Amino acid sequence: MGDVILTMKGIDKSFPGVHALDHVDFEVKRGEVHALMGENGAGKSTLMKVLTGIYTKDSGSITYEGKEVEFHNTREAQDAGIVIVHQELNMVGDLTVAQNIFIGREFKKGFMIDDKKMVEESKKLFDTLKIEIDPTAKMSDLTVGKQQMCEIAKAISHEAKVIIFDEPSAALTEKEIEDLFAIIRDLREQNLGIVYISHRMDEIKVITDRVTVMRDGTYVGTLITKDCTKEDIINMMVGRVIYEEPKTKSLVAPDAPVVLKVEHLNAGRMVQDVSFELRKGEILGFSGLMGAGRTETARALFGADPKTGGDIYINGEKVTINSPQDAVKHGIGYLSEDRKRFGIVVQKSIIENSTLACLDDYLSGPFINKKKEKEVTEKYIKELDTKTPGSDQLVVNLSGGNQQKVVIAKWLVKNCDILIFDEPTRGIDVGAKNEIYKLMNRLAAEGKSIIMISSEMTEILRMSDRIVVMCEGKKTGEIAIEEATQELIMDKATRDIK
Amino acid sequence: MTKKKQSIFTSQKFIVLLVVIGLMIVFSLISKDFRKYTTLLSMLDYSYYDVLMAIGVAFPLITGGVDLSIGTGMVCYALAGGYLIRFHSWPVGAAILVSILFGCAIGLLNGVLIAIMDLPPFLATLCTCMITRGLGSICSGSFGIPWPIANADNGWFHSIFKITLASGTKIPLGFLWMVLLALLMAFVLGHTKFGRYVIAIGSNKEATILSGINVKFYHVMAYVVCGLFAGLASISYANAIPTVQPGTGAGMELDAIGGAIVGGVSATGGYGTIIGTLLGTYVICLLKTGLPYIGLQANWQQIITGLVLIGAVLIDILKKERIKK
Repeated sequence: MGDVILTMKGIDKSFPGVHALDHVDFEVKRGEVHALMGENGAGKSTLMKVLTGIYTKDSGSITYEGKEVEFHNTREAQDAGIVIVHQELNMVGDLTVAQNIFIGREFKKGFMIDDKKMVEESKKLFDTLKIEIDPTAKMSDLTVGKQQMCEIAKAISHEAKVIIFDEPSAALTEKEIEDLFAIIRDLREQNLGIVYISHRMDEIKVITDRVTVMRDGTYVGTLITKDCTKEDIINMMVGRVIYEEPKTKSLVAPDAPVVLKVEHLNAGRMVQDVSFELRKGEILGFSGLMGAGRTETARALFGADPKTGGDIYINGEKVTINSPQDAVKHGIGYLSEDRKRFGIVVQKSIIENSTLACLDDYLSGPFINKKKEKEVTEKYIKELDTKTPGSDQLVVNLSGGNQQKVVIAKWLVKNCDILIFDEPTRGIDVGAKNEIYKLMNRLAAEGKSIIMISSEMTEILRMSDRIVVMCEGKKTGEIAIEEATQELIMDKATRDIK
Repeated sequence: MTKKKQSIFTSQKFIVLLVVIGLMIVFSLISKDFRKYTTLLSMLDYSYYDVLMAIGVAFPLITGGVDLSIGTGMVCYALAGGYLIRFHSWPVGAAILVSILFGCAIGLLNGVLIAIMDLPPFLATLCTCMITRGLGSICSGSFGIPWPIANADNGWFHSIFKITLASGTKIPLGFLWMVLLALLMAFVLGHTKFGRYVIAIGSNKEATILSGINVKFYHVMAYVVCGLFAGLASISYANAIPTVQPGTGAGMELDAIGGAIVGGVSATGGYGTIIGTLLGTYVICLLKTGLPYIGLQANWQQIITGLVLIGAVLIDILKKERIKK
């Protein structure tokens, strides 16, 4: 490890309603691989976005190669030698490898693009990386692993001195990960500073020199990797004080019947052999890190995405769910994590949204009974305490919390008994959050059964009667609320994948 | 938060109505000939097929799609019906039924291609546009086919659109049907499950699917309704045009689509009214009929119609942006 190339000190960044970074410190040395860890929403990505000029910091300083710097966009950061290799690859599939690497700074011969030179330069880059990729191949024909190598080559062609890898291994096979590590070690030899963001403990141990842990937008600490254990890191990641009272015991009656049983559900890479049971009046928390496959499980269960296998039983009876239509028929309602895209019809009124799932009950002959529709909508506006000037208000004009209530109303109007809440409080402010929690508790007490997918540890511990933990498409644990701790959940959520 | 209630006077329908009245006044003031009752009668005769196509195409438009096959389709259905009357001595009533069902069938084909096989609407209906043009030529053996004229034995269908009183005064009965059909379809759009889902699909298809609705079925039905109206349009086309020519019809869909959009149907889906569509189509028809009377020939009509459309689409975009804010 050499001298410090990059220092971020006291970085502070707020978004409306969220203190995303609270005086965070971070440094990278030449010739080190520095892991950046933390739960979802800990602020890792935000910190890197501040570094590369995507976000402007509110205060704090960034020192790079001995000078204080401030980048205004990724281009400036790139030109200075700081490059991110993104998790989602930013490649144009229909262009060749060489064309992608030099996109935006093509070599020219007169006013013509000099493809030959780009191919030659790409070859040189791949040689230094000791990888074999044909620069004239079409990008979309490469595997994800190879595409990522191209991203790295592109980064190096910018004469990068600091490379940030944002969860680079998420989509790679074992073999590809090994190749990636070989390249990273090589880059370390060449004295580059490397930031490695990942959730995989085993990788952190193998490839990194130091680990910096963040939690809820704050800097927790930095450890030397070879001197610390997985437990040390987990403790730093979750060691928060929980202000809201966590649930201490399950509120489900011991003899409550099983309303939903899922056996060996499979749907692609993200849902592998997932089985669980849901009981009447229960709130079943689904915990896990980003990309654990929780939303995919819910969507497969709901029939929104095709499944490749598995059985679903409702009230003991085996059912076939191949479409959302089937799911709704069997009394399952799904509240998406992305309300605007999947939950509500924003430019329509509360009435139209509330009865969308069960218009059949509001027909008089072939016609919609608008009076009856309005009555039921207003009943639920009152019952859920939705804040709106009237039932004919367009949903787009409501706040996030109230939009969520409209989606809840939609499923209550349909009289669904099983509700899947996917990140129920995402993008909702604190006050409205508590209302949604109260509402969920009330629904459970009234005998509705709830699956709650949440990335917020406090939410999981506060709401769930039982917790299912997932990691990379597999169920890795099932924990009764009486035994649940942050450490235990995080341990299951980051299980080493061998 | 204040309650936003759109006043009738700022609604697009009302503005378009003013434009219709304004155009009639302007043309009447400038041209003596435009003021004649026969001009009005002729304009109405030639407006019905545009109106019917526009009402039909409003449904695919509101789902966020489009149907480009209605123009050539209409000509094709009229040729098929005319062929049966002329060469197989079918009764006119039966031929009309065949024309309408033919329209429904092509609508169904469009719907299946788009809603079930996931073809982009533009492409799918461009293909059926070509197919119907070819089918029309085959039906007619590449010859123009006249439907029976008004005073022929089996020319009764003309009286659906225009009747002559004992005094010799001609009454454009068709206009009444247009208004009634528009009111009926406005009711279908605003007060039935089908209409509600058509709007929901155009507004947010994903959310509609996840609400457990058989989106594919209603999506297909939007195109079937469009085909049905193209079938109806073929009858009014046979009424207006002495001889239906194969190979024509391409481009006529643009007047109908333009009319719907001028009338406030969102070009990107999710919003639209049938009464607005009716009025918007009359803006286009008035421009088509009126501009020659004030000395602006065909090329100018197209340019002006194009400009009016740009204006209407801009209003639509501004409206959406205002809602977003």
